[in-house]
Amino acid sequence: MGRSTRRSALPGFGLTMGMTILWLGLVVLIPLSALVIRAAGMGWDAFAEVGLSPRALAAYRLSFGAALAAAAVNSVFGLLIAWILVRYEFPGKKLIDAAVDLPFALPTAVAGIALVALYSDNGWVGSLLAPLGIKVAYTPLGVTIALVFIGLPFIVRSVQPVLADLGRDVEEAAATLGATRAQTFHRVILPAIAPALLTGFALAFARGVGEYGSIIFIAGNAPFKSEIAPLLIITQLEQFDYDGATAIACVMLVLSFALLLFVNLLQAWRAKRGTR
Amino acid sequence: MSASNPTTHESRWARRTLIAVGFLFLALFLFLPLIMVFAGGLAKGWQVFVEALVDPDALVAIRLTLLVAAISVPINAVFGVAASWAIAKFDFRGKSLLISLIDLPFSVSPVVSGLIFVLLFGAQGWLGPWLTAHGVRIIFAVPGIVLATVFVTFPFVARELIPLMAEQGRDDEEAARSLGASGWQTFWHVTLPNIRWGLLYGVLLCNARAMGEFGAVSVVSGHIRGLTNTMPLHVEILYNEYDFVGAFAVASLLASLALVTLGAKTVLEWRFGIHRAGAAH
Repeated sequence: MGRSTRRSALPGFGLTMGMTILWLGLVVLIPLSALVIRAAGMGWDAFAEVGLSPRALAAYRLSFGAALAAAAVNSVFGLLIAWILVRYEFPGKKLIDAAVDLPFALPTAVAGIALVALYSDNGWVGSLLAPLGIKVAYTPLGVTIALVFIGLPFIVRSVQPVLADLGRDVEEAAATLGATRAQTFHRVILPAIAPALLTGFALAFARGVGEYGSIIFIAGNAPFKSEIAPLLIITQLEQFDYDGATAIACVMLVLSFALLLFVNLLQAWRAKRGTR
Repeated sequence: MSASNPTTHESRWARRTLIAVGFLFLALFLFLPLIMVFAGGLAKGWQVFVEALVDPDALVAIRLTLLVAAISVPINAVFGVAASWAIAKFDFRGKSLLISLIDLPFSVSPVVSGLIFVLLFGAQGWLGPWLTAHGVRIIFAVPGIVLATVFVTFPFVARELIPLMAEQGRDDEEAARSLGASGWQTFWHVTLPNIRWGLLYGVLLCNARAMGEFGAVSVVSGHIRGLTNTMPLHVEILYNEYDFVGAFAVASLLASLALVTLGAKTVLEWRFGIHRAGAAH
């Protein structure tokens, strides 16, 4: 903050910092370490028996695969929505802009039952797809649909501010140099927003991997086929297999922290590049 | 912006197509599910809709949801203000690490968020035997639900306030101090008025999540009907019992809460220039 004095003249640092550390420790750090300590005390064989069992591997594959597919779909449509919100004027624009955050605000269980009602064979959308032989509800496709709903705002809200800050002058320069609109988009606009798009992608992906409420209703929850990793944790808990639940949770935690680290590195890199 | 330059602006045809595709996508993925909730609740008319809401179990669920939010939102609001005071008004080492740790609950799956409290306080957890011996119930009881909710909503307020307070700097507070105001006076009369809309924004988002949380609460609640069911859990029970109208009726209430939250949030963004602190909610 470019200040000559490093010490602040304001009081309350000790009190507020103490509260922050205490709260953080009690609510977040100690409970999370309970998970890690329990997993560490299990021994590798017990850990791998459940955590890396074929059923668990199938569940990770579904959770990660569907989250990846949904984030990819959202990268295209989220970018498109961010684009029309920033660049064009049309009736209902403010409403649309506000509505993009609906998945953040709507409880996941509500989204879950609404989606399965829409996409089951006699639902509004499912009944149109059924004659075409497309089954959505109770299949991995249903899981992906739920994650598209959940992930959309992450992409739009990551890309939107960067797109708004992007000066029109570079595009005009590209045009003056003879670039077509498509070339300008590919060579000028896309590289400029790529880091933001990637951040949004990673955030949507990370959220999708751990998502539970919006999925369990529309997923068939059949082992090896349509059972997501968070559901498998619940199944273990219902059988009072705490160790099994811990092992699966630990695998997921490690993978999502790796993702978080990636997002942070990406943001640090963006800050360095000065493109926000 | 001169009319349509084909090299710096899309043609009218391209513009309209893009807008149409965007609308179609949003209609399919956002608006249709929302309409479905209300249509499902009203499928058998108003009477059945209202009956589902005044059902004793539903009322208990509504009361529990309000209670959980009434405890966890103020806790996280006080924490959020304290944390942003320490982080935004002072310089110290490890600041970005601290911010990352505060954000941690956002990157933990809701189910794992519930699990960690079962591992601590459950019958076979660390403190389980001690708690049982002393007759204290945390898991499958209200305290567990509150704990899981506090964990899940932990970062919301801090996340909104840290960038806001950092941007405002400490000039106002230092001026107040030099005029002889005490620390508390400075906070109440200078800082709090400066951050009130941002605080409200954070509280709104925190509250929406606290009332709507499903995964974490589902793990610690035990689904005891009429006792430890929150509204989202009640929706699940009704749905699994094939009482679809009842499930959607209770869901309509939650969806209305989401709409009110969105509306208030949008007003704060427009009127008071509060902007979203990143997308990671």
